[in-house]
Amino acid sequence: MKCGVVVFPGSNCDHDVHHVLDKVLGQEVRYLWHQSDSVEDCELVVVPGGFSYGDYLRAGSMAALSPIMPAVSGLAARGGLVLGICNGFQILLESGLLPGAMRRNRDLRFISKDVHLRVERNDLPFTCGYEVGQVLRMPVAHAEGNYVDTEASLDRLEEAGQVAFRYCGEDGSVGADTNPNGSMRAIAGVCNKDGNVCALMPHPERCAEDLLGNTDGLALFAGALGLSREPVAAGAGA
Amino acid sequence: MFPRPQILDPQGKAISEALARVGYDEVRSVRAGKTFDIEIEAADRAAAETRLAEVCDKLLANTIVEDFSFELEESS
Repeated sequence: MKCGVVVFPGSNCDHDVHHVLDKVLGQEVRYLWHQSDSVEDCELVVVPGGFSYGDYLRAGSMAALSPIMPAVSGLAARGGLVLGICNGFQILLESGLLPGAMRRNRDLRFISKDVHLRVERNDLPFTCGYEVGQVLRMPVAHAEGNYVDTEASLDRLEEAGQVAFRYCGEDGSVGADTNPNGSMRAIAGVCNKDGNVCALMPHPERCAEDLLGNTDGLALFAGALGLSREPVAAGAGA
Repeated sequence: MFPRPQILDPQGKAISEALARVGYDEVRSVRAGKTFDIEIEAADRAAAETRLAEVCDKLLANTIVEDFSFELEESS
């Protein structure tokens, strides 16, 4: 699949995503500069993590207005695949491609650690490589990952099945003590109504290779690419 | 720009707790927001208000979690 990784000033996970798609999964990948107004012929576009525009104003708010974003929205409207990771999640929220908003973490600290996530549905391109209820371990690294929306909007989100991932304990239980950042309803990842746009705060690209000691994130990419659950070329980039 | 009343404001809460710790326990609550000084050219006051509201809505505030208000001062 032709894949694109958007690069904003301040993106810092773009190379990691490129590496996973290219070296681990053998896809055709290119970088898409934020000043470009086209996603070219990419069928999958990843909006990666980092600190686009230094997180000025609000995380993701400036990047959401950059020239590439209408093209990303266009791809989403055509049914193409769009994945947001961490700052990419914030950007997709700010651009209105996904519902909700991010606030500072509950404890006001930057959190950098592994967390557990529960897969809420597996009929999405980005979750079809997992089982429903499967517990994944993934690193988070963010200061603004506290997902909020109005209660009414959250009810609609849940009813439409748009919660893709929830923070949980190792055993899959959801509670305040396993919610790292105070996100409402422990939401770690959401999708749009059609399921072709998905975003999460944890970093699947940082746990998608044997070399890294954790491959829980690999099936997220492999699933979206229509590949089998088994790593196609595990360790190929090592 | 201020967090909407129903939105948890961890920053404001931390500031309010800090104030109580140093003796200002009469402080009931703190909401932490942002202020911007903006110079804008417009034909008249109404036009400036319209454009400023757009600016706030489009970029400066995320209206899911923040409310905004502005005051206009005319300069020559």
